[in-house]
Amino acid sequence: MVTISRSNLFLSLSLTLCFCLLLPTAHAFSSGQIDGFTINGRVKIPNFGTRDYGLPAKTSNIKVILNGGQRVTFLRPDGYFSFHNIPAGTHLIEVAATGYFFSPVRVDVSARNPGKVQAALTETRRGLSELALEPLREEYYYEKREPFSPISLLKSPMGLMVGFMGLVVFVLPKLMENMDTEEMREAQEQMRSQGGLASLLGGVGATSAPAAARIN
Amino acid sequence: MAMAMAIRVSLLFFLLLSSSLLVFSLYEDQAGLTDWHQQYLGKVKQAVFHTPKAGRKRLVVSTEESAIASLDLRRGEIFWRHVLGDNDRIDHIDIALGKYVITLSSKGSIIRAWNLPDGQMVWESSLVGKNPSESSLLTVIDLKVERDNVILVYSSGCLHAISSVDGAVLWNMELESVELKRLIKPVDGEVVYAVGFSGSSKLHSYGINIKTGELLKQDVVDFPGGFSGEISLVSREILVALDARRTLLVIISLIDGKISFEKTDIHDLVPQFSGRADMLPVNLEGMFALKCSSYMVFLRVNGQSKLEIVDKIEASAAVSDALAFEEDQLAFGIVKQGGNNIHLTVKLGHDYSSDILKESIQIDPTRGLVQKVFINTYIRTDRSYGFRALVVMEDHSLSLLQQGNIVWSREDGLASIVDVTTSELPLEKKGVSVAKVEEGLLEWLKGHMLKLKGTLMLASPEDMVAIQELRLKSSEKSKLTRDHNGFRKLLIVLTKAGKVYALHTGDGRVVWSTFMPNLRKSEACEYPVALNLYQWQVPHHHALDENPAVLVVGRCGNGIDAPGIFSIVDTYSGKELNSLSLTHSVVDVIPLPFTDSTEKRLHLVVDENRNLHLYPKTSEAAAIFEHEFSNVYWYSVDAENNMLRGHTLKRNCMSEVADEFCFSSRDLWSIVFPSESEKIIATVAKKSSEVVHTQAKVMSDRSVLYKYIAKNILFVATVAPKGAGEIGSVTPDESWLVVYLIDTVTGRILHRVTHQGSQGPVRAVFSENWVVYHYFNLRANRYEMSVIEIYDQSRADNKNIWKLILGKHNLSSPVSSYSRPEVMTKSQTYFFTHSVKSISVTLTAKGITSKQLLIGTIGDQVLALDKRFLDPRRSPAPTATELEDGIIPLTDTLPINLQAYATHALKVEGLRGIVSVPSKLESTTLMFAYGADLFFTHLAPSKTYDSLTDEFSYALLLLTIFALVAGIFVTWIMSERKELRDKWR
Repeated sequence: MVTISRSNLFLSLSLTLCFCLLLPTAHAFSSGQIDGFTINGRVKIPNFGTRDYGLPAKTSNIKVILNGGQRVTFLRPDGYFSFHNIPAGTHLIEVAATGYFFSPVRVDVSARNPGKVQAALTETRRGLSELALEPLREEYYYEKREPFSPISLLKSPMGLMVGFMGLVVFVLPKLMENMDTEEMREAQEQMRSQGGLASLLGGVGATSAPAAARIN
Repeated sequence: MAMAMAIRVSLLFFLLLSSSLLVFSLYEDQAGLTDWHQQYLGKVKQAVFHTPKAGRKRLVVSTEESAIASLDLRRGEIFWRHVLGDNDRIDHIDIALGKYVITLSSKGSIIRAWNLPDGQMVWESSLVGKNPSESSLLTVIDLKVERDNVILVYSSGCLHAISSVDGAVLWNMELESVELKRLIKPVDGEVVYAVGFSGSSKLHSYGINIKTGELLKQDVVDFPGGFSGEISLVSREILVALDARRTLLVIISLIDGKISFEKTDIHDLVPQFSGRADMLPVNLEGMFALKCSSYMVFLRVNGQSKLEIVDKIEASAAVSDALAFEEDQLAFGIVKQGGNNIHLTVKLGHDYSSDILKESIQIDPTRGLVQKVFINTYIRTDRSYGFRALVVMEDHSLSLLQQGNIVWSREDGLASIVDVTTSELPLEKKGVSVAKVEEGLLEWLKGHMLKLKGTLMLASPEDMVAIQELRLKSSEKSKLTRDHNGFRKLLIVLTKAGKVYALHTGDGRVVWSTFMPNLRKSEACEYPVALNLYQWQVPHHHALDENPAVLVVGRCGNGIDAPGIFSIVDTYSGKELNSLSLTHSVVDVIPLPFTDSTEKRLHLVVDENRNLHLYPKTSEAAAIFEHEFSNVYWYSVDAENNMLRGHTLKRNCMSEVADEFCFSSRDLWSIVFPSESEKIIATVAKKSSEVVHTQAKVMSDRSVLYKYIAKNILFVATVAPKGAGEIGSVTPDESWLVVYLIDTVTGRILHRVTHQGSQGPVRAVFSENWVVYHYFNLRANRYEMSVIEIYDQSRADNKNIWKLILGKHNLSSPVSSYSRPEVMTKSQTYFFTHSVKSISVTLTAKGITSKQLLIGTIGDQVLALDKRFLDPRRSPAPTATELEDGIIPLTDTLPINLQAYATHALKVEGLRGIVSVPSKLESTTLMFAYGADLFFTHLAPSKTYDSLTDEFSYALLLLTIFALVAGIFVTWIMSERKELRDKWR
């Protein structure tokens, strides 16, 4: 009944810097009126396709989004993507891939010295020496089912009910024995004056109260 | 005493267990239990068949929702699908090399190739031209050498040749002022001809070597009458164009790159012709088609520029392109409609008189007329040629016809939902037989025994399969009657095509669908636009014998001054009860909180002259409205002039004909934002249907704050005019975001806050006494979410108990916009990782359950974020009492919990809206997200505290009861024995 989320289980993915040869390139178009630049980058997913659970992830379903939907592009089979005709300035690149959590990337395209692109992850504020985007973590959308254990059975309301009954039957008499007779008489009177605490307890109390009352 | 202590201990234990952070979460095998997901494409623009002799037969389509998809030709299922960006409309598609799907999009500036089997993008090229233009051309030419295909693309005044293998540009050619209209494929040889216009009267032709891009031939002629711009290819050497007045046909012959032309008056060919003619944009070999006002003519070109009329059919028919089959034969299809049948005729290109195929297929008349037809050929078992046809109907549905049957059809109109509302289902009828119940009980027990086996890990794999099947197939959820918990409802949706569908919340099937007759294109209304749905009649107290009804609002034309269209639809049957063509326009519809004796809701319609019209037009409604006349206020947002206005009613309209249902209005207040520094980009109001459970909010120091819950508050966001563009187009110093909370009755500004260095787009949601909005912070280069909570200070001094006893408090005084209470606001800001498409909030029946924000992320998923994360009371180090109150320590970023995605592993492609509908069970709300896909699920923001979950094991409960009974007996026997022993002592 009670579920506790375990989000950090999947943080096991270590962030390894990848040393691919691509450099962030931006070159001005010689032709065309729009003075645009090109942002080239790559999405790199370690252990891609070797996930032991979840969806069969496909690169064909990964989208790369510029500036919150202004442009959308897809990955080539080698994981590279490019945005053409981008004006100079600061841009935001997001990767939408089900099953992975990517940090948005801030990309600065410089107008003064074309060919210079600066990129930084906005989540961790880590600068990127190249525009290679890696997931920060894998996402698993479902709660994992815990294997059956007797503890979980005991933790369920029914288990608690049985456990409580056991407690009342076996532990309570011991507590009673240790009490003074005077204290006990006091307690009994108090109980009588309260007019049946047992009824308050509902089913649990009702089953155990007669047993407890008779033992003394 | 000891017992009391024991109870306390066990209660504490129980509380401890149940108070751990509640998270919406799902086990993998629970997916699909209460949720459903449907995928659609939208109205098909273009379709290409891919039917190799061996292997899978596919259909590739591009749609108006900018989707490209590959479908199974046999069943109509989606193999793969991609939804491109909003401003990346697909212009053309084709297949190259037999394995790549080529798409040309964004007005011909982006060309992509997709792998046909799996939809992986293979290459992408950006094409740059000097003269951006709307039209573009795409032709794939098979070079027949080295098995290479060359793709010719014309866009933005430039002709490009692109290699189909890697997308590299082989050559390009600038065509200064000429707009190309046709590319003529060479049959053999290497010369491709291109024909285009420059100015209004010059016709150019080019002969270009495909391999090198060398311009071999060029010619230009001047036609004094001017051209309309439409041109039709009749054969490789003959083209037909219309003159500027659309009354003359110009037959152009293009022999070896040389142009010569001759003109013919349409009137000479078609004696009854009058008005203007249009070219039908189809390629028919040896022929072309003209569309006149009410009919369509097929004309054949015989020899050199001799025209002959072949046939005349009604204008509603659809004609396909010519399709080559069997070496040199060409065929095309015509679809006509008559009654409930559609008649498909396939004719040979060179011989119009003979029909190769004539079929009549019965089709649902509520689908409207056939809009488009695409044909494909296959070889029958007797080696003759058969034809199949793909038809796109007026309601945007798609069907494949073959051998006189509908092989499959898809309701792709559901990809473009405009508005959503819900309706209750009819009550269940009495009289269920006992036998049925007993059988059900046995089944029920069996099911639970299986489930118990599952929990105890005793189930075999077959049992597991049986369990899963049992859970998914539960017939309970798809019944067509009202259920106790209010989970079963009808989702009434209105699509762009003007069709209304009722979807069952249990399994998402279409219960009924109605194509609104007055939202269909007709002579009276050329361009109808579907706008909104409103609850017209919801009988739940009296008038129970009447069915609930919804009001469908449309407009006849695109302008805001176009006359309105009303339709009232019964939600049980889908029948149109009444339809009205209004004489006034519809700018806004205000549902009033009053109903008449049959529980029809009163609606006010605002027209463009700011007059109000009362509906329904009955004397009873008028009498009810008379009472409330002085209490009606409304506001209007004029984004163009940067202005907000508040209005009230004045008197009945001044017109020649006395109309007691029409009222004129006067302005009460107006707020003008300075146009040089602020521009309205978003306004959000509260949902009128929302229920607030309590006005008081107890703080952790046991003091009470009173929420300011007046319904008439408007959230307005303005940005610096420079910052209204895209992200990154301004520097932080010249951009700011100003947020206002405005009372819409008095025009009073309750709160104003400026976020320096921020810009839009702003997405916001307003609920109870708080507003949450999402925007971009340019300084931090991250998205932010802010929360503002408003509290009523005038009720804050009600803490004195003597005042409460003596009745000197103002707690029971109604919340009124006439008073000017002191308000206090609290706010806080957090970073948020993703871009957001839409924000909504969960609504429950009584408003007791805590709220979740439903955030539609850029990845087309819906994130259910607890409102507690957006609580202005969060602090970096909360005190113990604050922690006890459930206050989460402050973090700079809002956490995205992995299991908090309401859509779990699914995506709602092209997400546009999220709707939350309360069920009867307080803990549970129904969520419906729509875009190109539809997704529905149940959400329980505080877990299902008021009902047992599906997971609950009844068998375990039975076992426990047995164990308890056994325990009682054991202890009874034990105590008997002990007593006996004591007595002996």
